[in-house]
Amino acid sequence: MSRGIVLFHTTTSALRGEKALKKAGFLVKLIPTPRELSSDCGFVIEFHDLPLNQLQAALNEAGLEFEIHFLP
Amino acid sequence: MIYLDHAATSWPKPPEVSAAMHDFLERAGGNPGRSGHKLSIEAARVIFDTRDALADFFGVQDPTRVIFTLNATHALNLAIQGLLQPGQRVITGGMEHNAVMRPLRALQQRGVQVEVIPAESDGSLSPQKFAAALQTPARLVILNHASNVSGTIAPAEEIARLAHAAGAWVLVDAAQTAGSLPIHLPTMGADLLAFTGHKGLQGPPGTGGLVLADTFDTAQLSPLVRGGTGSRSEFETQPEDLPDRYESGTPNGVGIAGLKAGLDWVQQHGLQAIRAQEDELKQTLQQGLTRLAGVQVYGPTHPDQSVAIVSFTIQGKHVSEIGRRLDEEFDILCRVGLHCAPAAHRSLGTFPNGTVRLAIGPTTSPQDIASTLRAVERIINP
Repeated sequence: MSRGIVLFHTTTSALRGEKALKKAGFLVKLIPTPRELSSDCGFVIEFHDLPLNQLQAALNEAGLEFEIHFLP
Repeated sequence: MIYLDHAATSWPKPPEVSAAMHDFLERAGGNPGRSGHKLSIEAARVIFDTRDALADFFGVQDPTRVIFTLNATHALNLAIQGLLQPGQRVITGGMEHNAVMRPLRALQQRGVQVEVIPAESDGSLSPQKFAAALQTPARLVILNHASNVSGTIAPAEEIARLAHAAGAWVLVDAAQTAGSLPIHLPTMGADLLAFTGHKGLQGPPGTGGLVLADTFDTAQLSPLVRGGTGSRSEFETQPEDLPDRYESGTPNGVGIAGLKAGLDWVQQHGLQAIRAQEDELKQTLQQGLTRLAGVQVYGPTHPDQSVAIVSFTIQGKHVSEIGRRLDEEFDILCRVGLHCAPAAHRSLGTFPNGTVRLAIGPTTSPQDIASTLRAVERIINP
């Protein structure tokens, strides 16, 4: 099962990202930034097994800057 | 007790406001955006939801363009000091509060050209006079949306159109109107709008903000305060991201939680319904005062042209004496004097003595107004 993390530069972007993804029907969760990743914003969005292109499209549509990482 | 000082701060606040603040401290007490634990996420969510709700309320698409500040004065200082450079010209009206005039006079010392368009004796502003002043290029036009002294509403849309046609930006001071008059930034034509949370929006003191229009180029606005934002910490320069560019330091989360509850309360009760109720009381008060011998009421006569503020003087009586007697003998609380707005009092012809200001709020009752009229009458005819 692939565990994905979306990183943002600001807290507000992370919350906007969460809102955009939930609105698009994705099951996502805000979690503290995993120690493998360095994000300045204290929390990130976690997702499991979601269609990457649709997820990116929803975040792009919200006009957000983000990075996606996959963790084992 | 009769509280008629809503233009200074609304009181009592809706019970939901203190409940939301209590809940924030008890449940969401983390530092938003600094850490990643649940309390930090909860605190950030409260602030985000408030930002989102305010963006909707003011007609702005991008919620990151709602910048939280401590009050309207802080927001006005951010806008004024962040936009104006020596050699540039700024135009404002004759009804401004010192929250605008003091930063402008300080910038004037550093070479900013300040032009004040005189107001009429009822506090109204003539768009034609602004059009004439805009013949000479200006970077910014600043407008007090409604006077805190006479309640007079400025023709913001018309003046904003003229300003934009002349290539100037428009900053609106909505300290007396946010939560009291409908405000939609694109319709009004404001590029920047400063609001306070603790008056019409029914929130606690220590809240307010600067709203930036979706079309406003933020590269033109320097931050007033720089520091930690919890974002891009690897750099020692201020981040460009909104709202962090303008929001350094731990925000007033508990106040912002209360502000959201205040805004919700206004929306549940309906801004138009609140305004209609306050307007009716204002007219009763104005008409009652006008009938009393020796009383002069200031501001526009048509009710649509003012918010629920009534300023008056009594011939032969000092305003401080009237204020003291209303408080001590009748338990009526109001504000007398210059109301931090000497420019407005000069326009109304009430400088330097000032006026007695009665400011109505959503909790004011018809009985309150009747009692106040009786009290003023007793002060005139003991």
